[in-house]
Amino acid sequence: MAKITYIEHDGTEHTVDVKTGLSVMEGAIKNNIPGIDADCGGACACATCHVYVDEAWTSKTGEKSAMEESMLDFAENVEPSSRLSCQIKVTDGLDGLTVRLPESQH
Amino acid sequence: MADPKAKVVILGAGHAGGSVAGFLRQVGHEGPIVLIGEEPIPPYQRPPLSKAWLKGEADADSLALRGADWYDDNGCELKLNVRAVSLDRAAKTVALSTGETVSYDILIIATGARARRLTIPGADLDGILELRTAADAEQLKRALGPGKTLAIIGGGYIGLEAAASARALGASAVILEREQRILARVACQALSDFFTAYHQARGVSFRLGVEITAFEGEAGKVTGVRLADGGLIACDAALVGVGAIPNDDLARAAGLECANGIVVDLQARTADPSIYAIGDVTHRPLPLYGVTHRLESVPNALEQAKVAAGEIFGKPPLTPEVPWFWSDQYDLKLQIAGLPFDADTILVRGDPAAAKFAVFHLKGDLVQAVEAVNSPPEFMMGRSLIGSRKPVSREKLADSSISMKEVAA
Repeated sequence: MAKITYIEHDGTEHTVDVKTGLSVMEGAIKNNIPGIDADCGGACACATCHVYVDEAWTSKTGEKSAMEESMLDFAENVEPSSRLSCQIKVTDGLDGLTVRLPESQH
Repeated sequence: MADPKAKVVILGAGHAGGSVAGFLRQVGHEGPIVLIGEEPIPPYQRPPLSKAWLKGEADADSLALRGADWYDDNGCELKLNVRAVSLDRAAKTVALSTGETVSYDILIIATGARARRLTIPGADLDGILELRTAADAEQLKRALGPGKTLAIIGGGYIGLEAAASARALGASAVILEREQRILARVACQALSDFFTAYHQARGVSFRLGVEITAFEGEAGKVTGVRLADGGLIACDAALVGVGAIPNDDLARAAGLECANGIVVDLQARTADPSIYAIGDVTHRPLPLYGVTHRLESVPNALEQAKVAAGEIFGKPPLTPEVPWFWSDQYDLKLQIAGLPFDADTILVRGDPAAAKFAVFHLKGDLVQAVEAVNSPPEFMMGRSLIGSRKPVSREKLADSSISMKEVAA
């Protein structure tokens, strides 16, 4: 289990417990957190679960795959800290992770 | 005038129904929500059933749309294992299979679609399967494994994904298709040819242009599929994936307009101001193409769920999205954006032999649809070009050495 904080674009914070093994995207969807759409349910096919990972955590959230890089390359409002949250697996080591959500996923 | 305290009853606890309950809470709806579904489990994601779940890479927990506590915690009453049997629009009530009657202020019909069944001799034998629900997928999974043969009736996406998963589990798969090519109704020839060859190279066999006349069986269990030419395809199980029929019967009986599905407008409204419909069951406008159509996809269900929740709560309408679809087979990611209505040219960008290419459907210099295999840039930029209606140069688009960003610039 890891405590993850999702911060909506308007600043609203949601801190929830997410089971190890789920993705950061699934943690948001299962808790109905606004701002992550996840049209494809985690297949890395839609880029609608875009988040910004706080700098302190980028080393722990793993590397982007070529597919993820390629999808992000064409998403809106991409920054160096951008990730597709369906591609970040939750581990105990991510306890305390904070991610910020973009203004829109489309 | 929107009433944030209205009682919302949702018929159908699939992806659309489950999502609209969540979106209603996200926009701030305070009234009670009742979610009625005929399956025994709360809303879950169907797409992985033919893919990750079938291969054992996903479990019930990861399929579930929400955490188990979410419904109670959010004032959403779940009524499972129950079906609506009639709708009284004047009284604003729904009668359930349990004998109970539920009243509503707002009704959202999200009853989805059901698998089309074959009505040929032997169709009721054990081992003849369909793939729509988690229970269906469980049955299919049990039928697969080394030494087993799965006959797949219908070369559509369900059939192809099941074939790929069957091969991953060590089973043999044979696809029987009535048309001369697979994906005949949903994809272009180039894509059909590519997927046929890719599956063949991984041990799937195809019988195209065949008519099935019966299922043969022993001791009540299917053992083969009989073809019109007399041939018999032996199998341990048969998966029927020949399309879906919208579950619009209740709406029809209640006098709501139905075409192929319940007719709704862009805001997911029916002609009855108290009734909305979303997801696979709807026949909806596609403003980009100037047509109405029924779509079977999760993105469509989510879009309509979001639109309906906003509309019920009185928020301004959202911009219509470009319809899109995806499929995973082996190491292939197929992403499709748009629908090829009115296309006059088919243009292939990239190299099918390298399993990395995209098929663009153009109307003049406008992109109507794109089918992208392992090509996210083509999909993402294609989707954006379909939505923006920005003209493109065919020469540039056909030249894969020119980046999609430059093509769209």
